[in-house]
Amino acid sequence: MVELNEAFETVNMVAQENLDVRTITMGISLLDCIDPDLDTVCKKVYDKITESAKDLVRVGDEIGSEYGVPVINKRISVTPIAMIGAAACKTPQDYVRIAKALDDAAKKVGVNFIGGYSALVQKGMTTGDKLLIESIPEALASTERVCSSISLGSTRTGINMDAVRLMGDIIKATAEATKGNDSLGCAKLVVFCNPPDDNPFMAGAFHGVTEADRIINVGVSGPGVVKHELEKIRGENFETLCETIKKTAFKVTRVGQLFAKEASRRLGIPFGIVDLSLAPTPAVGDSIADIIHEMGMEYAGAPGTTAALAILNDQVKKGGVMASSYVGGLSGAFIPVTEDRAMAEAADIGALTLEKLEAMTCVCSVGLDMIAIPGDTPNTTIAGIIADEMAIGMVNQKTTAVRLIPVIGKGVGDFAQFGGLLGEAKIMPVNKFGCADFVNRGGRIPAPIHSFKN
Amino acid sequence: MSKTIVTLVGKDRVGIIATVCNFFAENNINILDLKQTTSQGFINMMMIVDTDAYKGSTAELNKGLEAVGEKVGCIIKAQHEEIFNMMHRI
Repeated sequence: MVELNEAFETVNMVAQENLDVRTITMGISLLDCIDPDLDTVCKKVYDKITESAKDLVRVGDEIGSEYGVPVINKRISVTPIAMIGAAACKTPQDYVRIAKALDDAAKKVGVNFIGGYSALVQKGMTTGDKLLIESIPEALASTERVCSSISLGSTRTGINMDAVRLMGDIIKATAEATKGNDSLGCAKLVVFCNPPDDNPFMAGAFHGVTEADRIINVGVSGPGVVKHELEKIRGENFETLCETIKKTAFKVTRVGQLFAKEASRRLGIPFGIVDLSLAPTPAVGDSIADIIHEMGMEYAGAPGTTAALAILNDQVKKGGVMASSYVGGLSGAFIPVTEDRAMAEAADIGALTLEKLEAMTCVCSVGLDMIAIPGDTPNTTIAGIIADEMAIGMVNQKTTAVRLIPVIGKGVGDFAQFGGLLGEAKIMPVNKFGCADFVNRGGRIPAPIHSFKN
Repeated sequence: MSKTIVTLVGKDRVGIIATVCNFFAENNINILDLKQTTSQGFINMMMIVDTDAYKGSTAELNKGLEAVGEKVGCIIKAQHEEIFNMMHRI
């Protein structure tokens, strides 16, 4: 029987500590939509998505209401579109038409983002992959809800430096194409090393080719809940700290497990995974930087931050793994800057730099995320930052990502605003020294050695 | 049986439990368990209720409870029991 204190603990987590289910994401395979005729591809894509996900938003809201925990986002991920359009698309504009079909389908079923405008080019690019990448600036400027992700490297294959260099140009072109909205297009574009096939979080969600026809993946959240629990154990030793994070992560993840099973049952679609990520929002108190502060750092970015983040990431996984029957996706702590109010503040006062964030990505889930940089940052420098991040992922056998926003027309200290969950922040400085001769070499970085671990 | 947990928090005064219980009686909702404490003039209450015979949805139940809450100056919420079992039991 439920006890009084347990009931109120749960109620307070929602009412005061921002506990929510961040996303229910339906993965949909579009492999059966491939056709040599572009009109047919667009129609099949639109029809399959709108039929598969017609009840997604309603069911998500119903479950949220019954259990009293809000489901913030309902989203869709699809098979990487580079594959789906390869037979039909002869120009980048052809791919843009598929992007518009995805956008129309997303609007029809009422989801706020659809991910999978993607190409997996970690070893090489097909003609279709290249056309899709070239179409990204126009695709993201002319659609509202489509998200794009490109896989540029993996531990098994190495890093495709030709694609890294190209993405330096594409990120800048996307920024230029959406400069009217503080280069918002770049917030919907992420590059990966070792991307998971079942990630429910945007902008990097896509439905891997080894996945089932349709699947339900759930991303939980809860930085505010963890912070609140840590407030109660100030000054206690690391054992107590770790145990507290682990127990809290267990409870938060149980909510995700329940919602995933229930959504799966009501929609008649198999349950895929629960993603254990601690995902912050711009809401006060819903912040990873606040947790780091609570652990003992004056501000996120101070010496000790990387160790604190390593503890947080590991304990979240240890607690969460036991709470769910299938764990997947990114599963860890996200460290976006604009989406996390306290992280943005730490960057603003100079406690947190791009270089420290890079170090933090070695121990956290994902990578350099939602960082506004000056609009005049050279394309080659963006490619260099990507190459560094891909190398960290490749060597450490982990997922890393880069989502940088070069805000056209703005410089260091100017304010960039993206709205809603994407948040806002001042523009961070980037190392001024060049790397053009390195990233312009062309070719691939070979896969790392899998022995002699030091 | 479909069990729902109703939680109430607010400033204590005469008639809170009576008003909430009346609402349940009027809506064919059976009270299975009731626990409450008061401290420094505030009340925390939890009820486990059986909503099998209730005609509406959880959203409608919450709307009704919101109106009752306004009347007695408390915040009242209804949630399916399973969320509590999942979070607090292995």
